[in-house]
Amino acid sequence: MPNITYVSHADERTVVEVPVGWSVMEGAIQNDVAGIVAECGGGCACATCHVFVDPLWIDKLGEQTVMEQDMLECTAIESTERSRLSCQIKVTSNLDGLIVHLPENQS
Amino acid sequence: MAELPIIVVGAGQAGLQVAESLRRGGYDGSLALIGNEKILPYQRPPLSKQYLSEGMLEDRLLFRSSEYYEKKDIELVLGQHVSALDTSARSLIVDGKTRPYGKLALATGASARPLSVSGSEHEGVCYLRSVDDAKYIRGRLSADPQRVVAIGGGFIGLEVAGSARELGHSVTVIEAQERLMARVVSPLVSEYFRKVYRSRGVDIVLNVAVNRIERSTDGSLIVVLADTRTIPADLVVVGIGSSPHTELAETAGLHCDNGIVVDEFAQTSDPYVVAAGDCTMHKNSRLGIFHRLESVQNAVDQAKIAAMTLLGNQKPYDQVPWFWSDQLGAKLQMAGRSDGFNRTVMRGSMEDGEFSIFYFDDDVLIGVDSVNRPTDHVVSRKLLAAGANVPDQIIVDLEQNLKTLL
Repeated sequence: MPNITYVSHADERTVVEVPVGWSVMEGAIQNDVAGIVAECGGGCACATCHVFVDPLWIDKLGEQTVMEQDMLECTAIESTERSRLSCQIKVTSNLDGLIVHLPENQS
Repeated sequence: MAELPIIVVGAGQAGLQVAESLRRGGYDGSLALIGNEKILPYQRPPLSKQYLSEGMLEDRLLFRSSEYYEKKDIELVLGQHVSALDTSARSLIVDGKTRPYGKLALATGASARPLSVSGSEHEGVCYLRSVDDAKYIRGRLSADPQRVVAIGGGFIGLEVAGSARELGHSVTVIEAQERLMARVVSPLVSEYFRKVYRSRGVDIVLNVAVNRIERSTDGSLIVVLADTRTIPADLVVVGIGSSPHTELAETAGLHCDNGIVVDEFAQTSDPYVVAAGDCTMHKNSRLGIFHRLESVQNAVDQAKIAAMTLLGNQKPYDQVPWFWSDQLGAKLQMAGRSDGFNRTVMRGSMEDGEFSIFYFDDDVLIGVDSVNRPTDHVVSRKLLAAGANVPDQIIVDLEQNLKTLL
């Protein structure tokens, strides 16, 4: 299973094995990674699973939908060009080693 | 003597949140979470959505992996039934055994309200509440094209209808009231969704009750309406509301009235017992009313309040209610209230399938329903929480960012 590394705002790293086909958000939630809330359960509808993708990985992720781009304007901590909603990042074998940084808060 | 444990009865969204918030809040005493299903605590919203339409696997429904409960030292008691509560002795009977508690949280949830007409017991007439229910429905929908009838045009009936339609089945929705989702959305939104379903080939039958369900000679079902119309069906899914699980509380003498009655601190009529989620008739101090809400938002937010009360750190429950529903590609999101308004202002357009309706009581914004405009929804919740002044001309102008009003 691909390993995903979640880096908290306080710089604590949690490495989690996430099954292919799951979202980066789901990997965090099931393994109690603090800093991702996902109050809508993964519907690209709440902007509380915001992550900053590590610069080395940003180009390896799939395209954003227009809805995700819109929702990124609603994050609690202002989004940047490295921002994604982790519910919209689907884990593939190519993402083994992915590193995402978590914002200070989500709401 | 060791301190008596906190016991949480009910391992759904609210029960798990109580346990989680207790640990996050620093409680390091003994903690048990008791649920009557054998599966680890899981999310219910996908059961009528992705679980049916996209073949989602069960392990993906779980809130947390099993390691979480070990790590947090939460004793998970699954597949066991709590048959009695004695508030004076402060103990429960769990699968026939007595378990004492120091404090108790009830998050017993609700069950699907049963259809009471003749023929309701036929094989093929079912409900959707648990993962087992969803598994049964999914199994039936994986067969050749079926004739599916949803009795009840609320969220459950409509989401099942939408999922079944997406899978290629022929679908009829029967609603006894004159419009869809009448209890929770305004007539404007009801009418919009009626058109969405019609345009996707789902038959919507309004304003008529079901009289009985018959079994025909070939083994299929016939739904007979009060006006004598008949609708043939292979599968009938009933979604006509829910009844709160109050038996345990009621028998123990706790104050119940269409739910376990709690104040704005999630406190029941017993000082050692709190309650949260679908099972409660609760006070929301922002809205100034008592109501029962079946939603993820209420389960989570009220559970956090209940946990704080257990920790001796009272904070009133005053959250803006919100809810969502996914139906045939339309993402419906509701914030605040859509009853008691005397005027509405529209942002976006129904023709484009992307709009929000802002509900006002005179000049006070009381609620916003959004369809495929999640950014409006997220900002609206903040506007409602802040009691912001929201001018009409900003709402109607899509060039204007609502965030500037915060």
